[in-house]
Amino acid sequence: MTTQIDFLGKRHLATIFSGLLLIASIVSLAAQGLKLGIDFTGGTLVEIGYQQAVDLSKMRATLNEAGFEDSVVQHFGTSQEILIRLKPKEGVSDAELSTAVTRAADKAMAAQGDIRRVEFVGPQVGDELTEDGGLALLYSMFGILIYVAWRFEYKFALGSVAALAHDVIITLGFFSILQMEFDLTVLAAILAVIGYSLNDTIVVYDRIRENFRLMRKGSAENVMNISLNQTLSRTLMTSLTTLLVLVALALLGGEIIHNFAIALLIGVVIGTYSSIFVASPVVLALGVSKEDLMVVEVEVEGAEFDMIGAERRDIDRP
Amino acid sequence: MQNHFPFWKNLLILAVLVLGIVYALPNLFGDDPSVQISSSDGTALADTQVARVEKALQTAAIATKAIERDDSKLLVRFQDTNAQMQAADLLRHEFAGKLTVALNLAPATPSWLSALGASPMYLGLDLRGGVHFLYQVDMAAAIKQAEERYNSDVRAALRSAKIRYKSVSFDNGAIKVVLRNEKDKQAAVAIIDDEFRKLSMQEDEDAPVIYLRLAEAEIKALKKFALSQNITTLRNRVNELGVSEPVIQQQGDSRIVVQLPGIQDTARAKEILGTTATLEYRKVDTQHDVQRALSGRVPLGSKLYYERDTKAPVLLKKRVIITGDQIVDASSGLDQNGSASVNITLNGIGAKKMGKFTKDNIGQPMAVVFIERKTTTKMVNGKKVERKEKVEEVISIATVRDAFSKRFQTTGLDSTQEARKLSLLLRAGSLAAPLDIVEERTVGPSLGQDNIDKGVMSVMVGFVLVLIFMAVYYKTFGLIANLALTFNLVVIIAVLSMLQATLTLPGIAGIVLTVGMAVDANVLIFERIKEELRNGNSPQTSIFVGYEKAFATIFDANITTLLVALVLFGFGTGPIKGFAITLAIGILTSMFTAILGSRMVINWIYGNRRIEKLSI
Repeated sequence: MTTQIDFLGKRHLATIFSGLLLIASIVSLAAQGLKLGIDFTGGTLVEIGYQQAVDLSKMRATLNEAGFEDSVVQHFGTSQEILIRLKPKEGVSDAELSTAVTRAADKAMAAQGDIRRVEFVGPQVGDELTEDGGLALLYSMFGILIYVAWRFEYKFALGSVAALAHDVIITLGFFSILQMEFDLTVLAAILAVIGYSLNDTIVVYDRIRENFRLMRKGSAENVMNISLNQTLSRTLMTSLTTLLVLVALALLGGEIIHNFAIALLIGVVIGTYSSIFVASPVVLALGVSKEDLMVVEVEVEGAEFDMIGAERRDIDRP
Repeated sequence: MQNHFPFWKNLLILAVLVLGIVYALPNLFGDDPSVQISSSDGTALADTQVARVEKALQTAAIATKAIERDDSKLLVRFQDTNAQMQAADLLRHEFAGKLTVALNLAPATPSWLSALGASPMYLGLDLRGGVHFLYQVDMAAAIKQAEERYNSDVRAALRSAKIRYKSVSFDNGAIKVVLRNEKDKQAAVAIIDDEFRKLSMQEDEDAPVIYLRLAEAEIKALKKFALSQNITTLRNRVNELGVSEPVIQQQGDSRIVVQLPGIQDTARAKEILGTTATLEYRKVDTQHDVQRALSGRVPLGSKLYYERDTKAPVLLKKRVIITGDQIVDASSGLDQNGSASVNITLNGIGAKKMGKFTKDNIGQPMAVVFIERKTTTKMVNGKKVERKEKVEEVISIATVRDAFSKRFQTTGLDSTQEARKLSLLLRAGSLAAPLDIVEERTVGPSLGQDNIDKGVMSVMVGFVLVLIFMAVYYKTFGLIANLALTFNLVVIIAVLSMLQATLTLPGIAGIVLTVGMAVDANVLIFERIKEELRNGNSPQTSIFVGYEKAFATIFDANITTLLVALVLFGFGTGPIKGFAITLAIGILTSMFTAILGSRMVINWIYGNRRIEKLSI
């Protein structure tokens, strides 16, 4: 059964909803920013596992005593495991720092811990990663803009990029509001969200294009609504299967990729929403018309993909 | 004829499936705990050495699973880690200094698969445990050192040419030479032009002043040298650690990556890599008896040393002739007689001291002492005790044949191997541009195993959930999609294995995500087929048109995702790259399996038949 939901009729409601989410995200990002992980800030992180549960206050006291006043200690995964974070220190090599902190922790526990992970990122490398990360975001958006403008039309390109920016800002906002740690893997997740959300948007656009060429009657809004309804079951099915695996990843994948999975979960939900309620309304607002898609480009495509033949057969059929 | 694949298409798909299974298969066999043995100086293992290793293992009654030998190393496989550890301890003890013994997890790929070139995926450090260091070579310091060297060399050259100068100093990144008059200036210009080709010279028009700068090419060469020297030093130290598959690589123009997979004791790795080494040239004390010194009566002004390889005692004078930081370069080569030698270049100060010493000591032996300052942690009464240790060993003794200063040769070495080793050590102990660790990622072995377990678990659970969901929702077609999905997973693993791409935890996440997204292609197709059925088309036509129409959409959607994966790959470092690779491979394979693979099965079931209803 094809649904008959008037998605675009509710676009003002969606605008308010998206607007609120965006404002909340931007305010939070401006006010408190992201809780950046050491990948970006630089610093040292040591994860140690012990046989017994670790008493955090005792651990903190011992570390303070040993001169690590700016260290942050927390349980990681289980109570037997701790994560110690240290800010970059001028003039102290990383090797000395992580060994010294491990020794102090061992002293607090009166046992030798199992060093599970040490990460050290120099401030310089951190800056580079931040810069590269930002560039990666920009370049991928730009690449998408060009590709969609070429395959569809510039209004669609703007619509898809608007939807992507929407998804990225809200996902970032989520991490900012909850002050969840933002590290390299989360950045990768955000880039993957771009890929996913775009995938969703393109599927919808593809149907809109097809229907614009197919249907002689009906307003642009009407045609787009039909297209959204036709692709709705697919949109939901794919989101659902993707969410299934992401939930598995978030629950079972371990602490290290937990935030990665959470970022993707949020991104996929927001991305699914945006491909319906942001990408298409933007194209409509930009005043898309049938003529925009009645391009001669079809001939060029026909040379590349033999499926266009089937499409044309359909158009010819009364 | 609708919904029928030509024979070649079926064959192609089945061929890919078979290849996929074959190349994914090695991943099921796991690893053998093993010990990798190679000679410490990088030469091939001799038959006698191999025989001695085998005998030692036999005598100690350690059961081996297999012993494999290739050009340079010996791989001994064991049934369990217990035997592996025992054997490693035994061999390390028995062949200390001669053989490097490294623990290894060798893939237990059956020989018929190896013969086909199939091998398991290469696991990243986050999965197998290990250390990743990113070093930054301090190029500014390297250039500063060079400038200082030239500064003193220029002074020396002017002095020996009897040109009196007012001053030689640093001025704004240049060496400023102030002379007394125009005549001296002209003479100085001639000398410098002749002897210091690598400096660019600029004369002051109005005053007897010359400015010297390092030429672009020289700076480039200096940087290259600083980098390669540090890589050599690190490689030396890594060899000492005994790691089976170390990676020591240049990254960019001033960084070095060191990766030591599977290392158990990360603290020790850092200690050894962080070792600083220096050299001293000393005169051999020939007046006193070594045996007497051994019994405790070391003469005043002398000190007892031991040779590195033979452990033979040597008595050396306490006074140092030159130190390692005065060595500019050391390279192995051949002397006039064609025997192995090491060519050494000293800086100005070193040359002067060496010249003075050799003039008075022709015919006397001179020794090179290699000094390492190590920080070692030992367990004393169950507590870790850190000790700073100074290890001093004699690495070469040679007789002074002639008076020399700046450039000289150490000849009479037994082999080119030995010459290379000595030049490496000389370089390691000479003035290297300082190294700083700018990034470290250490994953303990326990966390590595945890990561594998959790990663595999989440892939399995996610995968099964999707399989169930698809089967319930799309019935027969869902089962077909599941076949395609399984096929996809096999092909992804096969491609990753074939490329020997590094599988990391984010890489596993990439696979998980691909599994979720791979079904998308089938969902798109099936939804189209359903739609066509609703529009009143016959089942055969619906299948045909459904596939045709969905293709363009799948293509567009996947290309854009691929675009993102490429950007990720281009900008990402380690972990992000791993994710991008699996994502990109997953997208490509999913298009093949979800479109062609599923279609083939559907054609088999429904093609060329009259059907009333589809189970979708």
